[in-house]
Amino acid sequence: MKAYLLVDFGSTYTKLTCVDLENEYIIGTAKAPTTVETDVLEGYDRAFKYLISDHPEIKEISGISACSSAAGGLKMAAIGLVEELTVEAAKRACLGAGAIVKRVYAHHMTKREAKELKESDIDIILLAGGTDGGNAECIIHNARKLVEADIHVPVIVAGNKDAYDTIEDIFEPSNVEYFLVKNVMPQLKKLDVEEAKHQIRKIFIDKIIDAKGIKKAEEKIGEIIMPTPEAVLLAAELLSKGYEDEEGYGELIVIDIGGATTDVHTIGEGFPKRTEVILKGLEEPFAKRTVEGDLGMRYSANALLSLVSNWEFKQYFEDDDACDHNIEKSLNRRSSNVDFIPKTKDEEEFDKAIAKICCDVSMSRHVGHVEVVHTPLGDMYYQTGKDLTGIRYVIGTGGVLINNKDAKKILKQVNKKSNKALELRPTNPSILIDKSYIMAAMGLLSQKYPKVAIRLLKQYLM
Amino acid sequence: MNTVVIGVIGADVHAVGNKIIDYVLTQSGFHVVNIGVLSSQEDFINAAIETDAKAILVSSLYGHGEMDCRYFKEKCVEAGLDHVKLYVGGNIVVGKQEFSEVEARFKAMGFDRVYGPGQKIEDAIADLKLDLNMA
Repeated sequence: MKAYLLVDFGSTYTKLTCVDLENEYIIGTAKAPTTVETDVLEGYDRAFKYLISDHPEIKEISGISACSSAAGGLKMAAIGLVEELTVEAAKRACLGAGAIVKRVYAHHMTKREAKELKESDIDIILLAGGTDGGNAECIIHNARKLVEADIHVPVIVAGNKDAYDTIEDIFEPSNVEYFLVKNVMPQLKKLDVEEAKHQIRKIFIDKIIDAKGIKKAEEKIGEIIMPTPEAVLLAAELLSKGYEDEEGYGELIVIDIGGATTDVHTIGEGFPKRTEVILKGLEEPFAKRTVEGDLGMRYSANALLSLVSNWEFKQYFEDDDACDHNIEKSLNRRSSNVDFIPKTKDEEEFDKAIAKICCDVSMSRHVGHVEVVHTPLGDMYYQTGKDLTGIRYVIGTGGVLINNKDAKKILKQVNKKSNKALELRPTNPSILIDKSYIMAAMGLLSQKYPKVAIRLLKQYLM
Repeated sequence: MNTVVIGVIGADVHAVGNKIIDYVLTQSGFHVVNIGVLSSQEDFINAAIETDAKAILVSSLYGHGEMDCRYFKEKCVEAGLDHVKLYVGGNIVVGKQEFSEVEARFKAMGFDRVYGPGQKIEDAIADLKLDLNMA
């Protein structure tokens, strides 16, 4: 046995997954509440104790990798010029790096916006704007505004490179800590977020986890290498692409419904599948992540009725559900008591309906859609976003789905719908559940042992 | 280098002329941002903002250009692009109409230069160099 430990300092739980690298199986998992307020190692030690008492056969740990989304995760602000272009590119860089995008600014920032940004609790700012050789004036203006507001968080500059000399002159004499990377949109509609993502991860490792009180853990377990959502995205990418002679699963979707947000990851190009379809808008990232802040089981439950009507809500109940649910009251109960655990069958059914809505609406927002244009040469179509009609696998992860006996039923909501005909949703994918909750752990493991990671994913997703 | 945005407006899918314009302008030393066929006014404007374009060259070959180009200049002004030169060319109106009238109509709509069917791209380039003080 060669035991390797993967640690996820989550917002609620610190989760441990122990893998045997030699025999390629998961020895065991354990979790304990995350203890950021006191000493993050307390929670870790407790979880480790559970792990060892359940699996006394673990004698020695050969290595540890860790990720974290504790203390609110990684919160970022994205700044760009045009909403649909560099602002969107900046947002995608943040999301792809596993961050939550808390603030978004387009065009010239005002004093008021800069002040608001300074007062918000974000960890990193991504400053974009202009293609290379394009508009330089706006990003320079915004850099000045950040200095004037005396911003104290690191700023990653990822915009028009023509502006970089001036921006350095602006930032250098100030207190602003800044990093220059490649433009997130070097040419019109071309997305290039890798360097920006890399820099986000680097700052996360070097500074953010320290500021959040998680750094202490590093003395014991070594470096925390990435935010948890990025680990999930890496696992999904590995499973999709395959590794060496391990064949991948092809294009796939990962959905994580949480208490506050619903995360959707897709791996695939999503190009148009027909010749009369023309792609519009910014280029899509191969591995794309979106986070819906208003779709969740508890914290954001109250927001649901602003997204679907009472009547629409009822359509998500099972046909054999005889209970006359009081929708508003039930939603209120969940958002005012976020630790709510359903006890009766009716409560379970209601939770299931919420999960279905989260799944359905998040999918509507994530997938591409088409629009008909009548031309003299016949009907043509614009496609914005990814065409996911050919997706082969949908994977459910996160506490809500993996503990629900009807998880597959909930995830069926991703499918094509007659009332959403213009959305490029999957047609009939196979549904897999991350029963053992290993996606993030496998993303971590893939950094050193990709082959073991993909084999375990294939073995444990069911 | 001077950046120009080119594209085919509206529900028009004529791609060949668009490619030729792209090629000739690039050969003439312009940085060409080609947004392609089936482009909306907003696509042209957003592209011009991000790339700091000096001119927008709108093509239309299917006869509905006049409708597609309505309020284009007003939108440019709204987006802070009133300094950007606005050109249009091709089969821009329905049927055969007296070109001088067509030109006057498009100029009244805020276009700086208007080109009819059969006009050479070289003419537009000469005008462009003049308008952008490149001569």
